[in-house]
Amino acid sequence: MAAVEVKNLVKHYGSIEAVKGVSFTIDKGEIFGLIGPNGAGKTTVLRIIATLLQITSGAAKILDYDVEKQPNEIRRFISYLPEDAGAYKTLTGKAYLQFIANFFDVKKTQEMVQKGIEIADLDERINDKVDTYSKGMKRRLLVGRTLMTNPKLAILDEPTSGLDVVNAQEVRRIIKNTAKQGAAVLLSSHNMLEVEYLCDRISLIAEGKIVEEGKPDALMKKYDANNIEEVFTKVVQ
Amino acid sequence: MSALGNIIKKEMKELLTPATILPIVFVAIIFGSMGNVIGGLEEESQEVPVIGFIDVDNSNLSSIVTSILNDYADVVFNSSNINDKQEGLETIEREDGAVLFIIPQNFTVNIRNETPSEIEIYWIMKGAGITDAISSGAVEQLIYTINTNISRELIQENATVNATLALNPTVRNETTYFKGKEMPGLSPGAIVGMLSSQSMLIPIVMMMIIIMAGNMVISSMALEKENKTLETLLTLPVKRTSIVTGKIVASAIIGLLLSIIYMIGMSYYFQGFGMSGEANLADYGLVLTSQDLVLIGISLFITLIAALSLCMLLGTFAKNYKSAQTLTVPISMLAMVPMFITMFVDFDTLPLALKTLLFAIPFSHPMMAPRALLFNDYLLVIGGIIYVAIFAIVTISIVVWVFKTDRLLTGSIKKKRNNNLKGKLFSMRRFR
Repeated sequence: MAAVEVKNLVKHYGSIEAVKGVSFTIDKGEIFGLIGPNGAGKTTVLRIIATLLQITSGAAKILDYDVEKQPNEIRRFISYLPEDAGAYKTLTGKAYLQFIANFFDVKKTQEMVQKGIEIADLDERINDKVDTYSKGMKRRLLVGRTLMTNPKLAILDEPTSGLDVVNAQEVRRIIKNTAKQGAAVLLSSHNMLEVEYLCDRISLIAEGKIVEEGKPDALMKKYDANNIEEVFTKVVQ
Repeated sequence: MSALGNIIKKEMKELLTPATILPIVFVAIIFGSMGNVIGGLEEESQEVPVIGFIDVDNSNLSSIVTSILNDYADVVFNSSNINDKQEGLETIEREDGAVLFIIPQNFTVNIRNETPSEIEIYWIMKGAGITDAISSGAVEQLIYTINTNISRELIQENATVNATLALNPTVRNETTYFKGKEMPGLSPGAIVGMLSSQSMLIPIVMMMIIIMAGNMVISSMALEKENKTLETLLTLPVKRTSIVTGKIVASAIIGLLLSIIYMIGMSYYFQGFGMSGEANLADYGLVLTSQDLVLIGISLFITLIAALSLCMLLGTFAKNYKSAQTLTVPISMLAMVPMFITMFVDFDTLPLALKTLLFAIPFSHPMMAPRALLFNDYLLVIGGIIYVAIFAIVTISIVVWVFKTDRLLTGSIKKKRNNNLKGKLFSMRRFR
C-alpha cells in the first residue's frame, strides 16, 4: 500500500483550472519532491492532500484513507508545513508546541513537545514569545511543530525558506531522518539543490499538469543535465 | 501625472473600496430613518389628542373645561353620568385615545369656596418608551389651557380672588392603565421615568458587549489569516465544529465577564442620576422575580452566542485585521438599531413592519426582555429565546459548512486568477 496515491486530480477555482489531472504515488519512507514554477499548482496539490481544499474531480488517498471522505482520520497522521506559516504571537515557543501537541495522543504530549524543542533548537529562547522571534527562528519552531508529532506523511512547502545555510542543512538532515523512520515526505521547494539532495523521486509540474517524473539521477541523465535546475529549465521550456 | 497626483490616485484607489463605502451608506440610511422617526413623533405630539370626558358637575366652571376639551381635542366620548366611566374607558381604548377626564361633583362649588378642585384623569398608556411619554404632551397642554381659562374666569369675576387658588384652581388625580395594570397616582411620564433604568441599561450594555465580543471573534479570524496560523489549525486532528464552538464560547465567556463589569458600572451611573426608581416600581408590583432574571440571563447568553456566530460568519470574509474592523460595522449597526428603538418606543406600539424587523434582529430580545417580563409578557420573551436559539444554530451550521469549504483559504476567485497569471508571466520570464 502506497503512503500517498493521487489519481487524475483536478481542482477548479471558479472558472480557473489550477490542477489538470495530476497523478502520482509516494511510498512509505520516500521523500517525493513536487517542483514547478510559481502558479503551477504545487501548493494547491499540497493543500488538497493536507485536507484543506476540496477536490473538483479525481481522487487522493493517504494510507488508503480518502482525502475527501475521511479528512478527520487523515489529520491524525499527517503534518503540514505551509510555505508562509506563522505561529501564535502571544504564546511562547514552548507553549505553542504544547498547544499543538494537545490535539494528539494525550500520553505522548510531553514526548512530542520535547521532540519539537529539540528540532527547533532555540535553546532558552523557546521560552520567549513567538512575537520576539526572527524569521529563521520562527521557521525552526514550525519545522519542530511539523515533525514532532511523528507524522506518517509530512507535507512540507519550502521547509527551509528563511533559514540560513547552517540551519537549512540541519533541517534537511532532520527531514532525511524522518523519512528513514518510515514516514513519507511530500516536499515542494524552489531550491533545486535541496530537491536534488533530499528527494528520492521528483515530479515537475507546470500549468497544473505533471510534465516529468522520475529519480533525480535518471532525470539528469535523460536530459543530459548537470543538475536538477538544468532539468527543470529544459522541461519547462 | 505629478508625483503627488500619483500618490493621491493610489491612496484613493486603496481607500475607496466597497468595504469602506457600504458601512457609511448603512450608517447614513440608519440616521436618515431615525430622523424620519423623530420627525414623525414631533408631528404626533402636535396632533389633536383623542379624549373623552364625563362632566358630573355640569356647572359654570366645568363647562369651561368641557368647552376647551371640545375645542382643542377630538372628543370620542361625552357623558354626565359617573356610572359611564367603564364604557368611557373602553371607548377611548377602542378609538386609540389617550385620556378620560372626569369632572366630579362640586367642581365649581369647591373652587368658589377657595379650594382647588379635583380633575380625575384616567390615562390609557399604550407603550413605555420615552416617545410614549412625549406623545402625552398634547394632553398636558390641554390641562394647562383649562387651568389658565378657569384662572381668567376667577379673576374676571373677582379681582381680589385668592392668588394661590387663581394660579392653581385645579388639582389632578391621575390613574394610568397600562398593559392590564391599574396604576393609581401615576402619569405615563412618571411610569416611563421609573422604567427608564430597565429601558436604557440592558440595551446599552447589550450593544456594548455585542460590539466588543463580536470584534474579538472577527479579529480572531482575521488574525488567524493574517498570522498564517489558520492553515495549520485546519490540518490538525480537531473537528471544524470544535474550532468554531471554541472560538465562540471563549468570546462569549469574555463577553459575559465584560457585561457584568459594564452592568455594575452603568447601574451606578443611572443611580447617580436618580433614574433607577426600582423601589417605586415594586410598589406597583412591577418587580422582576428570580425566574424573570433567569430568563433574562438565558436570553442574554443565547443572544451573545447568536451574535458571535454571526460575527464568526463575517470573520470568514476578513482578509486581515484591517478588513475585520470594517466588518464589525454592520454588527454594530444591528446592535444599535434595536437599542435605540427599545429605548424610545415600546414594542407593543410599533407598526407591524417595525415589530417584525425588531423581532427578526436577534439582538433585540434581551433588550426587550426586562420590560416585557415586568408586565408578564412571557410569550414575547420565551418566543424570542426560541427564535434566537434557532438563529444561532442555523448560523453556527453555516459557519461550520464554510469551514469545510475552500472559502476560508482561497478567498476571492478574482485574486486567485491574478496570482495565477502573475505566476505564469514570472515563469515565462524566468525559464525563457
